[in-house]
Amino acid sequence: MAVSRRGFLKAACATGVVGVGATAARPAEAAQVKRPWMGMLTDLSLCVGCRKCEYACNKANALSDDALETYDDKSVFEQTRRTDADRFTVVNRFDREGQPPVFVKRQCMHCIEPACASACLVAAFKKSDEGPVIYDESLCIGCRYCMVACPFGMPAFEYSKPFTPRVTKCSMCIERLRDGEQPACACVCPEEAITFGPREELLTLAHDKIREHPDRYVDHVYGETEAGGTNWMYISPVPFGDLGFPTDIGTKPYPELTKGFLSSVPLVLTLWPMLLMGAYAFNNARGPELAGAPVNTHEEGGQ
Amino acid sequence: MSTTLHPDASWSAWTRDKLLLGLPLREYLRTLKTPFNAVAALILCVGLPITWIRFTQGIAATTNLNNDYPWGLWIGFDVLCGVALAAGGFCMASAVHLFKLKQYYTLMRPAILTGFLGYFFVVVGLCFDLGRPWRLPYPMFVSYGVTSVMFLVGWHVALYLTVQFLEFCPAIFEWLGWKRVRHWVLKLTIGATVFGVILSTLHQSALGALFLLAPTKVHPLWYSSFIPVLFFTSAIAAGLSMVIVESMLSHRVFHRQVQHEDPQQVDQVMVGLSRSAAVVLFTYFCLKWIALAHEDRWAWLFTSYGAWYLVEVIGFVLGPCIAYFVAAKVNSARIARVAAVWTVLGIVLNRLNVSIFTFNWQMPYRYVPSWMEFAVTITIVTAGLLTFRFMVNRMPVLYVHPEYPVEE
Ligand code: SF4
Ligand code: SF4
Repeated sequence: MAVSRRGFLKAACATGVVGVGATAARPAEAAQVKRPWMGMLTDLSLCVGCRKCEYACNKANALSDDALETYDDKSVFEQTRRTDADRFTVVNRFDREGQPPVFVKRQCMHCIEPACASACLVAAFKKSDEGPVIYDESLCIGCRYCMVACPFGMPAFEYSKPFTPRVTKCSMCIERLRDGEQPACACVCPEEAITFGPREELLTLAHDKIREHPDRYVDHVYGETEAGGTNWMYISPVPFGDLGFPTDIGTKPYPELTKGFLSSVPLVLTLWPMLLMGAYAFNNARGPELAGAPVNTHEEGGQ
Repeated sequence: MSTTLHPDASWSAWTRDKLLLGLPLREYLRTLKTPFNAVAALILCVGLPITWIRFTQGIAATTNLNNDYPWGLWIGFDVLCGVALAAGGFCMASAVHLFKLKQYYTLMRPAILTGFLGYFFVVVGLCFDLGRPWRLPYPMFVSYGVTSVMFLVGWHVALYLTVQFLEFCPAIFEWLGWKRVRHWVLKLTIGATVFGVILSTLHQSALGALFLLAPTKVHPLWYSSFIPVLFFTSAIAAGLSMVIVESMLSHRVFHRQVQHEDPQQVDQVMVGLSRSAAVVLFTYFCLKWIALAHEDRWAWLFTSYGAWYLVEVIGFVLGPCIAYFVAAKVNSARIARVAAVWTVLGIVLNRLNVSIFTFNWQMPYRYVPSWMEFAVTITIVTAGLLTFRFMVNRMPVLYVHPEYPVEE
């Protein structure tokens, strides 16, 4: 928690509102100060590509009945797969020359300030109090703007369902969390490559690991600052850019990207009527004869 | 008001008078046998079954959309281009009502009708694309995603559709002969116009702002924090140009209704419009470069995407802009018409560049619309044209109704 509080104070000082900082801070930050947000840390140096997490995820979300053995099929690694309507997480293999391959489990990153939530016009996506970003199917109209917005390309859509298509993605097993359990994938991983815990603690753990084994990791916790930070984070033996992670998304929270535009809306709403009515009053006062010569031959009936 | 009293006997007279262009049914049907209608019927014969498939078997059965490309032709063309090209309504309404440019009066009604139908069919197109179109009213009545630019777009398109309907109502009431109601709605004109301009400003730019959330997906040459302003400015250029294109087509197709117009005067008005369009396009052209400079994206110009960018900005913005200037200078309505078509193509190119051609430029594969997506788009455009023709043939759109002279 120390990190977060320091960051928070820094932000508060910078804006000169220390006294009222708690209310002035962005809601996401305020919530972070209030309670520990749960998160996940995936250590890619430990992942052996057994795909048991895929199995557990598919079971937990009732996506597939396939037996555990079917996940031994290594041919899936021939292609890089992405999340889809019927798989909320995928493990991909990235081969390296002269060294063992790196396996990468991907799923929704559970952004601190999610692009998907800021994109949704019916607020179907929400940052939960526990940390996961969750989706309410009963509101979604299926516009897929959330998919356009997600910097990690994680949400998928049930294109083949004509009547009840949903946007699908990992929910970090929010139901299990609420029952006091851990996410299914974290439970099943035999290598303990996936650690579940409060985000701040995971961040400390990640940095400790990197400091203790500089030979084993690149010095980067993916998700610490990406797109303003995510609740799911990664450490890796190779640069993230080589593993299919987007590296060009910056550290700015995505909702900031549209904030400027949205805050100009009230301006237009107040200034435009004034200017336009002004123009109207002005032109009206000039009288119709002066404003542009009337040219219509068939207007003769006019006043 | 004679035609509004319709006891049973006068129903058939009313139908003949209002719907069948004053012809007996059989004769009216005979007038429908035209090559254009044959083509339209053929298109509908293909489009309607696809519509059925779309709504019974889903989006996957009809489109090439996928998780990487959630938006395709239906958003890129039907919605983005549709809205931009329908901007003529608010341009003309404000020119006539707010700036008192009377010479544009005859262009205003067709522009408003195009605007209204344009938006209406944008919504129709959107319904094809939405996963659950029947939830369209959700952002208005059920759940409010106030942080979303899409929320703004949704509300504004809905409100603007209403405003444009109100603006067009006088023509409908003149057609029906409802003098008093017509008089009431006329009183709303100024308010509706101002409101329409505000809504248009906001949602035209908001359509661009939608893409602000995709900084890594829209190509750097097209992604810009200026994109809302770029969309707005180019929509005005598109709107003005559509007015010219439309007047051109109307004079070919509905020449009987515009025969009272003096062709020279029409040409004069077109040249007048060219002047405004030239200025708007030039502003847009400058903004394009300012945006590039602001984000410091110059280096991208020397890539193949850069060449494509130059095709758009030089070939389809500066090109028509110069053509408009020339049209205004040498007083040529013919050049103005060329410039107008050119501009329209340029704006369409821009919207498609942002939403389809350069979208996901880092992806190893591209989305190509399925033939059924094209078929639906063509069907919607055809339906729009048919509706436009239906209304223009019946209501005082291209001419001033003799009983309702121009009044302010
Ligand atoms: S990774 Fe994408 S889907 Fe997941 S929370 Fe972030 S923006 Fe939303
Ligand atoms: S597809 Fe659904 S969840 Fe995604 S932005 Fe649209 S309404 Fe929201």
